[in-house]
Amino acid sequence: MENNKKQVVVKDLVKKFGSFVANDHLTFEVNSGEIFGFLGANGAGKTTAIKILCGLSAPTSGEVKVAGFDIYKQREQIKKSIGYMSQKFSLYDDLTIAENIRFYGGIYGLNRQQIKLKTSDYMDSLSLHEYASSRVEELPLGIKQKLSFMVAILHEPPIVFLDEPTGGVDPLTRRQFWEMIYQEAQNGKTIFVTTHYMDEAEYCHRVSIMVDGKIEALDTPAGLKEKFGVDSVEKVFIKLARG
Amino acid sequence: MKTILYFIQKEFLQIFRDKMMLPIIFAIPIIQLLVLSYTATYEIKKIDLGIVDLDRSVTSANLISKFEASPFYILKLVEPNYQVLDEMMQEGELEQIIYIPQHFEQDLLIENNTTVQVITDAINGSAASLMSAYSVQILGGFNKEFLIEEMMIPLGYRQINNEVAYWYNPELDYKTFMVPGILVLLVTIIGLFLSAMNIVKEKEIGTIEQLNVTPIKKYQFIIGKLMPFWIIAMFDLGLGLIIAKFVFAVPMLGSIPLVIGVAGIYLILVLGIGLFISTLSDTQQQSMFISWFFVMIFILLSGLFTPVENMPLWAQKLNILNPIAYFIEFMRLVLLKGSSFMDVWRNIVSISIYAVVMLGLATLRYRKHS
Repeated sequence: MENNKKQVVVKDLVKKFGSFVANDHLTFEVNSGEIFGFLGANGAGKTTAIKILCGLSAPTSGEVKVAGFDIYKQREQIKKSIGYMSQKFSLYDDLTIAENIRFYGGIYGLNRQQIKLKTSDYMDSLSLHEYASSRVEELPLGIKQKLSFMVAILHEPPIVFLDEPTGGVDPLTRRQFWEMIYQEAQNGKTIFVTTHYMDEAEYCHRVSIMVDGKIEALDTPAGLKEKFGVDSVEKVFIKLARG
Repeated sequence: MKTILYFIQKEFLQIFRDKMMLPIIFAIPIIQLLVLSYTATYEIKKIDLGIVDLDRSVTSANLISKFEASPFYILKLVEPNYQVLDEMMQEGELEQIIYIPQHFEQDLLIENNTTVQVITDAINGSAASLMSAYSVQILGGFNKEFLIEEMMIPLGYRQINNEVAYWYNPELDYKTFMVPGILVLLVTIIGLFLSAMNIVKEKEIGTIEQLNVTPIKKYQFIIGKLMPFWIIAMFDLGLGLIIAKFVFAVPMLGSIPLVIGVAGIYLILVLGIGLFISTLSDTQQQSMFISWFFVMIFILLSGLFTPVENMPLWAQKLNILNPIAYFIEFMRLVLLKGSSFMDVWRNIVSISIYAVVMLGLATLRYRKHS
């Protein structure tokens, strides 16, 4: 029962590249339906950790469970239960929106009917009809990014990992993107998101801040501000990052 | 199975959407086959010849007319001054000089013995030996006729008559010999380069990471990736066989289903190498350079342009690892000699084992996680 409520359980996770310790004894949990902000400066080890959670990289040591499955023994079950959106958009630029949806849907084992349904659903909800015959490379960045997110949750996974999803887009699009994230969280999805934007951190239910491979703080945004006696998550971050 | 079909569908969409792909798939093989087959020739025709005639006799004029009549020679000039011809050879205007000494006729009639010197430009060694063989043949023919006509030695008197038969390629058409080999080259290049670049491209644009978080199985990924290129290369092979048959009239004595079947296995081997290279490299440039390096070595060792038997032993031994060598030998044996399965089973077994090993290595190297 416990595991059903915790979508991610990490205990003493260590990842070393040679003598360099990228993740130094990470311990945290992410609850079901939570938006969990995973913050840290460039090179703090965020992407390394997210890759381990997605099964792209093997940990050096430690215990990791995602969606109730063990990262060492049940990697393939984890892959069916997670969505992942990387910094690089993962859509194929030379395919159309529908072709991308069909391909990823097919890979996740959706049937033809489901794929058709999803396609028309996405076309409507993201108002993509004017781009129906365009290739993805011709789409505006904001639309591309929303589409990437929707494709990442095509197979309706209980948990989604977003690795700096809002890099390089304008504030309005970022806002719309976060509205989508909220919508999905309300539908019961767990969202695990890394970001550089501290205003985005304020949208998260809980936030962890990594510095040099270690988690230095983990709390609600309000709790963090109170603890460090500042009025924004940004100031908490700067305090921690300066050491 | 369904997953693989979705994958193949996506690959074909991408292949045919790439503007460069159609010319690569259709035009390059055809041009390669047509151009290479006509240019990669062993034959020497139209040898530029100069003759120094210091004798100026009936016999020497007779000998000169033999060279004039030969289809292999263009007699540029007959000169008493050797110096002139020597300079012309220096400048590359002559490839061969025949030196007929003074008293040539007299020595032949009275002393029963004389010498003619043949000088050949030997910068290209194999061409030189061919040229010198031609001239020796003409001199030999002349000698024989001279004995019969001038010395009254009857035909058939203590002599060996050569009866030469050229089997499997009776008209000595070099295209018959080259085309099956070039066909191999063509499917190898298409298969290897396209597969080696394709997977690296997914690495470069970052989609490989997205694929790696999906539940797609390794074998599904590999089959999905290799199948489209296998189909394209098989298509090119068919196209090449049709051109070989109807443009070059290459005899196809052996079983065509056998050729196609073994080509199918050979292409699995080639695509396996391509996949392996792509797992080793991070960019398309890297995989292109590695592929090119191996293809160059394989081609030069394969015996396509030069006979393997003439290579040093260590180079011949390297052909144990040369997929192109196995397949070229197979193609020449089956197409030109009509060899059956029993004659070429060694090649087939080698290609099959090699295919399994390379595909295995590539599968091992390709990891969904690091």
